[in-house]
Amino acid sequence: MRKLLILGGGTAGTMTANKLHRALPESEWEVTVVDADDNHRYQPGYLFMPFGTYRPDQVTRSRRKYVNKHVPLVYGEIDTVLPDENAVVLADGRRLDYDFLIIATGVTPRPDQTPGMLDGGEWRRSVHEFYSYDGSVALADKLREWPGGRLVIHITEMPIKCPVAPLEFAFLADAYFKDKGMRDKVEITYVTPLDAAFTKPIAAEAFGNTLEEKGITVVPDFMIESVDAEGRRIVAYDETEVPFDLLVTIPLNMGADYVGRSGLGNDLNLVPVDKFTQQAKAHDNIFALGDANDIPASKAGSVAHFEVDVFVENFVQLIAGEAMTHKFDGHANCFIETGDGKAMLIDFNYDTEPLPGKFPYGGLGPMGLLKESHLNHLGKLAFKWVYWNMLMPGRPLPLSTAMSLSGKQTELIDAK
Amino acid sequence: MPTTTINGRDVAVDDEGFMTVYDEWDDSMGAALATAIGIEMTDEHWKAIHFLREDFKAQGETPTIRRVSTAGGIDTKQLFVLFPKKPAKKMAYIAGLPKPHGCV
Ligand SMILES: Cc1cc2nc3c(=O)[nH]c(=O)nc-3n(C[C@H](O)[C@H](O)[C@H](O)COP(=O)(O)OP(=O)(O)OC[C@H]3O[C@@H](n4cnc5c(N)ncnc54)[C@H](O)[C@@H]3O)c2cc1C
Repeated sequence: MRKLLILGGGTAGTMTANKLHRALPESEWEVTVVDADDNHRYQPGYLFMPFGTYRPDQVTRSRRKYVNKHVPLVYGEIDTVLPDENAVVLADGRRLDYDFLIIATGVTPRPDQTPGMLDGGEWRRSVHEFYSYDGSVALADKLREWPGGRLVIHITEMPIKCPVAPLEFAFLADAYFKDKGMRDKVEITYVTPLDAAFTKPIAAEAFGNTLEEKGITVVPDFMIESVDAEGRRIVAYDETEVPFDLLVTIPLNMGADYVGRSGLGNDLNLVPVDKFTQQAKAHDNIFALGDANDIPASKAGSVAHFEVDVFVENFVQLIAGEAMTHKFDGHANCFIETGDGKAMLIDFNYDTEPLPGKFPYGGLGPMGLLKESHLNHLGKLAFKWVYWNMLMPGRPLPLSTAMSLSGKQTELIDAK
Repeated sequence: MPTTTINGRDVAVDDEGFMTVYDEWDDSMGAALATAIGIEMTDEHWKAIHFLREDFKAQGETPTIRRVSTAGGIDTKQLFVLFPKKPAKKMAYIAGLPKPHGCV
């Protein structure tokens, strides 16, 4: 029996386990998943919980139920990988051997990495986040009773998972306070280390305009040094300051500590991999899928999905002793909630930035790219159903894995 | 790819003027690029720029500010003093390297 061990049973780990189970003969391969607990969270729901759109119990399901029942799920905290011994050690001392290892332990928000954020005495009081389950739940309680003032939405450092989520939070906050009849009591500021509202120029312009229309001020190029919790302000390295009454920050996103401890990660504990195959640069029998790797693509569930498709095809070739001929193109596809029952949609890859146009079928749509519509909003809400019923079981989607230029206004790239 | 003349030599650059060919760069080129964006190079500036060059050669990508501080041993606060406002972009520009990604 050959052993394939998957670390992490979240979005990428679950999809990989289910697809590999189908692709590999059960008589020859033992596929095992390791995760700390049985709570599989639907993280896109964290965006909606603060505004009361989803209740906490609506974003959690049993991990076991979504991993094929023939694939063992080991519960335990991963402590170290010993790549030279092809083994993984859990915190309770259990040791698991492997022939091939998949690292799919994602990234988590790390408020401990910015002075004054976690330790300034205001954490979960006037300093909040929505990138973790607990943070999102706490922020819902806070927003419900908040009397208004200066709301600062802040990104610590890129990359973060779902890079559009903080923008969506700003749009939804605008709609939420309008709804409560108190928008005039809230000043919304969007503070980012980037030089514009988003990482890619054409989309950045579209988002920038939407922010302006909603009366949200953008503070670009802000590299945070510390949170002055007592003085209620964030301070940048160049000594500029932004005051707040309520700070909603996206803390630094880092890969799991065991990755760093095992010598498998970069400064952010992300595993350096080949960007086309996700094979670890340092070890041929280790792959890192989903948020855990260092590829220059968005950290998103949709990216993980396209990536896993390519990985499984390559892996079948690899174990047959062939060259891996499939290449992941960095394809990402994200809905962006803009409030008032509307959303935008972006679709892009390593080489092509998000463009306006129609999706998924050129000229026909039905969904408008980089344009607000109610249909896109329905698409966003439907993503939850798609996530649990199509993505996790590893069913094929009616979308191609490689990005298509059909329907996109490509002339805009040259016009820039 | 556009080209431009820096320090009397024709070099390949991208749309934003970042040099695109690693070996077309040398210290005199770096000094000229620094002058172009109003930075006067000191030993400390050079320490950062040479770290960027070495690290790019070893890793295949431009180091982020976080990496210049952890692996290069120059405090982030100091980088903002040396290369005001946009150290990541300015250092890459002077070092003749692509802008660091991490921004996707
Ligand atoms: C607010 C928010 C909104 C988002 N919105 C969207 C969206 O609209 N669309 C979209 O496509 N994506 C969205 N995402 C991103 C998406 O959720 C992630 O990209 C995706 O979950 C990544 O999958 P993953 O498997 O790499 O990591 P995860 O799903 O995070 O799984 C990692 C797993 O590893 C386990 N683990 C970690 N460390 C250890 C350890 N030491 N020991 C044992 N187990 C461990 C964890 O328990 C977890 O189950 C959003 C994310 C957030 C936070």
